[in-house]
Amino acid sequence: MSAEELKQLKPGQGPHEPEKATLEGKNKFLGFWFFLGGETVLFASLFGTYLALKNSNLDGPSTQELFGLELVFIMTMILLTSSLTSVYAMYHMKNYDFKKMMIWLGITVLLGLSFLSLEVYEFYEYVMHDGHTFTSSAFGSAFYTLVGTHGAHVIFGLCWITSLMIRNAKRGLNLYNAPKFYVASLYWHFIDVVWVFIFTVVYLMGKVG
Amino acid sequence: MSTATVQKRGFGATLWDYLTTVDHKKIAILYLVAGGFFFLLGGLEALIIRIQLIKPDNEFISAGLYNQMFTMHGTTMIFLAAMPLIFTLMNIALPLQIGARDVAFPFLNSLGFWLFAFGGVLLNLSWFFGGAPDAGWTAYAPLSVQSPGHGMDFYVMGLQISGAGTLIGGINFLVTIVNMRAPGMTYMRMPMFTWASFVTSILILFAFPALTVGLILMMFDRMFGANFFDPTMGGNVIIWEHLFWIFGHPEVYILILPVFGLFSDVISTFSKKRLFGYSAMVFATVLIGFLGFMVWAHHMFTTGLGAVANSIFAVATMAIAVPTGIKIFNWLFTMWGGNIRMTVPMLWAVGFIPSFTIGGFGGVMLAVAAADYQYHDTYFVVGHFHYVIVGGVVFGIFAGITYWWPLLFGKVLNEKLGKIAFWPFFIGFHMTFFIQHILGLMGMPRRYWKFQPNESLDIGNLVSTIGAFLMAIGTIVFIINIIYTALKEEKCGTDPWDGRTLEWTVPSPPPFYNFKQIPLVRGLDALWVEKVQGNGEMTPAEPLGDIHMPNNTFIPFMISLGLFIAGIGFIYQVDNKQWLIVGIAGLLITFISMFVRSMKDDLGYHVHKEDLEKGAGSK
Ligand code: HEM
Ligand SMILES: [Cu+2]
Repeated sequence: MSAEELKQLKPGQGPHEPEKATLEGKNKFLGFWFFLGGETVLFASLFGTYLALKNSNLDGPSTQELFGLELVFIMTMILLTSSLTSVYAMYHMKNYDFKKMMIWLGITVLLGLSFLSLEVYEFYEYVMHDGHTFTSSAFGSAFYTLVGTHGAHVIFGLCWITSLMIRNAKRGLNLYNAPKFYVASLYWHFIDVVWVFIFTVVYLMGKVG
Repeated sequence: MSTATVQKRGFGATLWDYLTTVDHKKIAILYLVAGGFFFLLGGLEALIIRIQLIKPDNEFISAGLYNQMFTMHGTTMIFLAAMPLIFTLMNIALPLQIGARDVAFPFLNSLGFWLFAFGGVLLNLSWFFGGAPDAGWTAYAPLSVQSPGHGMDFYVMGLQISGAGTLIGGINFLVTIVNMRAPGMTYMRMPMFTWASFVTSILILFAFPALTVGLILMMFDRMFGANFFDPTMGGNVIIWEHLFWIFGHPEVYILILPVFGLFSDVISTFSKKRLFGYSAMVFATVLIGFLGFMVWAHHMFTTGLGAVANSIFAVATMAIAVPTGIKIFNWLFTMWGGNIRMTVPMLWAVGFIPSFTIGGFGGVMLAVAAADYQYHDTYFVVGHFHYVIVGGVVFGIFAGITYWWPLLFGKVLNEKLGKIAFWPFFIGFHMTFFIQHILGLMGMPRRYWKFQPNESLDIGNLVSTIGAFLMAIGTIVFIINIIYTALKEEKCGTDPWDGRTLEWTVPSPPPFYNFKQIPLVRGLDALWVEKVQGNGEMTPAEPLGDIHMPNNTFIPFMISLGLFIAGIGFIYQVDNKQWLIVGIAGLLITFISMFVRSMKDDLGYHVHKEDLEKGAGSK
């Protein structure tokens, strides 16, 4: 395999699953799943740390006082929707419909950006009005490390998908870049799943008790 | 990259080749050189420790330097010597054993190496910039958080970078084993070394992220004002212990499992017998890997987790002795009735079995939680883990390097010198560490700068120090052997050991594409099957055709260099915020390199059938 991998494919032309059609694609696919396994341990460790420290707020606001659910709920909805739109994108990729794939990926990126701006706004409020900072207590450190690591993943995911889109805008789909799009979308799903846990463990459980 | 022209090249070209190589065999050599260097460095640190303890109340080095010495000894040996030397073995043998032309991700393979190398260099730079880490390789908080100077900052950044390299390596080997096996190489036909590397890679994947998080938290505490481990700010120091050991216990199995696999291969080859109880061996390996995640709190018996937790972890720990015992007996039964050849690898294997077993006994004693209150943090523990790590891992590395030397350099290491290296090392090893169990039982604590006279500890410590020097002699003879072999020995050709597995079907050293034609595997010990049936060589699974190979690349080096620079920047921004510029510049180098990698098509090249017929790549 080599140069023929770069041949642009139109609907109905390529093999059934373009992301796994080459050995390189298969390797990437499997390797990325393994990588997500490692990421799971990473977030599990951060969650564990957070749970151990979430009531160590000293004089700062407690989780009940701090969190409001409205904003986070909207953020959750936005991110969940972005996961759905990335599924649409992959659906069109499998049908070799490059244009539609790009459109749905574009929507995914926009949703991701709005999630990110709401998160920045949320952090800004905590720091400026609630006195809840990275250094104010162990709770603060644990909160910003967990949620911030997720946020950093969102930023990375956005840069990744955007650069893939720009790089391949002119040349369309082929067996060389299909796996790249595919694992980027896997990454995006993973970010979404982690957020569901953050929503539950940090915000919902923080509100309840 | 035509192969005919590579015969004679200058030093610069060779250097550039190694800086950019993605060939697993050359990366194995890189790991060997770097890991070997750090092994010698760690050994030197060990000798300094032992000289300090040669007699009571000694003043050879200061207390502060002593702390740095044992911290760097442990950290270097585990992360910078044992790990990369194991990666040497995996890189040289694993793709060949499964009949693959390379690993699944040659680029990542090189990235993993350079991350490790730059992390190791960063950690050791601390010696020259105000002092090395001094809170023990386990870096317990709050000691590690409050340790003054930048020593522990170097620990945090150095291990973070090299740890990322290890994780990448683990994923790479996993995918290689799952996706790249030759036709007929089913899971239950894989050589034990490959199986063990497979389980090890799973352990790496699930253990290293816990260390990553621990190091992130410590970095935030030390360098960015966070409060994870500061009780006055609501922090909790036990979190570090948990994260460290959730990583740390699997880590000791990450080290030992590959050499278990290696010894299985060596013992079976040199007993001229199929491995006794192959499926039981596979099962035991997987079980050890699984249980390895269930026992981390046996390092924390005295932390105060409570009687229930201690009991559960004690029982789980003792349970690991069962699959380990299965292995010991299977090795013995493989030798039983075999046609044994006492080559150097076999000598290390035979020395390993009783040595490691003693280490296991010590382990089970330590697993008795109530008794551990007595043993914990004494020399008994030091004795235990050196029995398993030196008697297991280091013996294994010596055996493995000797066994696969032909694949690395095309020659068999001189057998006589190999044996001369073994004996002082073996005897010195037992002298050094057996007596440490007794010293521990007599109450000598570990990590103390001095011991007092008239406490009956003198003789034991003297013996231990003499043993350490014997081990040094063994190591020096081993190095002399390498030089001697390079200068005097003849090329050995294909299959010098009368081997059983696929790595011996290719010439030594193998051509860069490994297999001209991918072999068809027809049973366990694939080559042996063919030898028994009178073919003597593998049947190809494909017609001779063009071979696709990956391009060399300098990007992994740049990515790692960027992180190295960033690490220095983050360490020094504590003193002066302007260093943040360096930190960010480093990260930029890394991210731009990653971006270039992502954007530039890298399709590799083909070795053409016609050139293969003319013998391209074979030396
Ligand atoms: C039968 C198997 C084993 C058992 C039951 C066992 C048990 C234990 C226990 C209970 C401790 C904690 C002692 C204490 O700190 O008070 C310990 C320490 C240790 N073990 Fe093992 N072990 C076994 C095998 C191994 C192997 C195979 C390795 C490495 C290759 C290993 C490496 C270590 C190390 C490095 C430490 C000390 C860590 C430190 O505190 O610095 N052990 N072992
Ligand atoms: Cu352990």
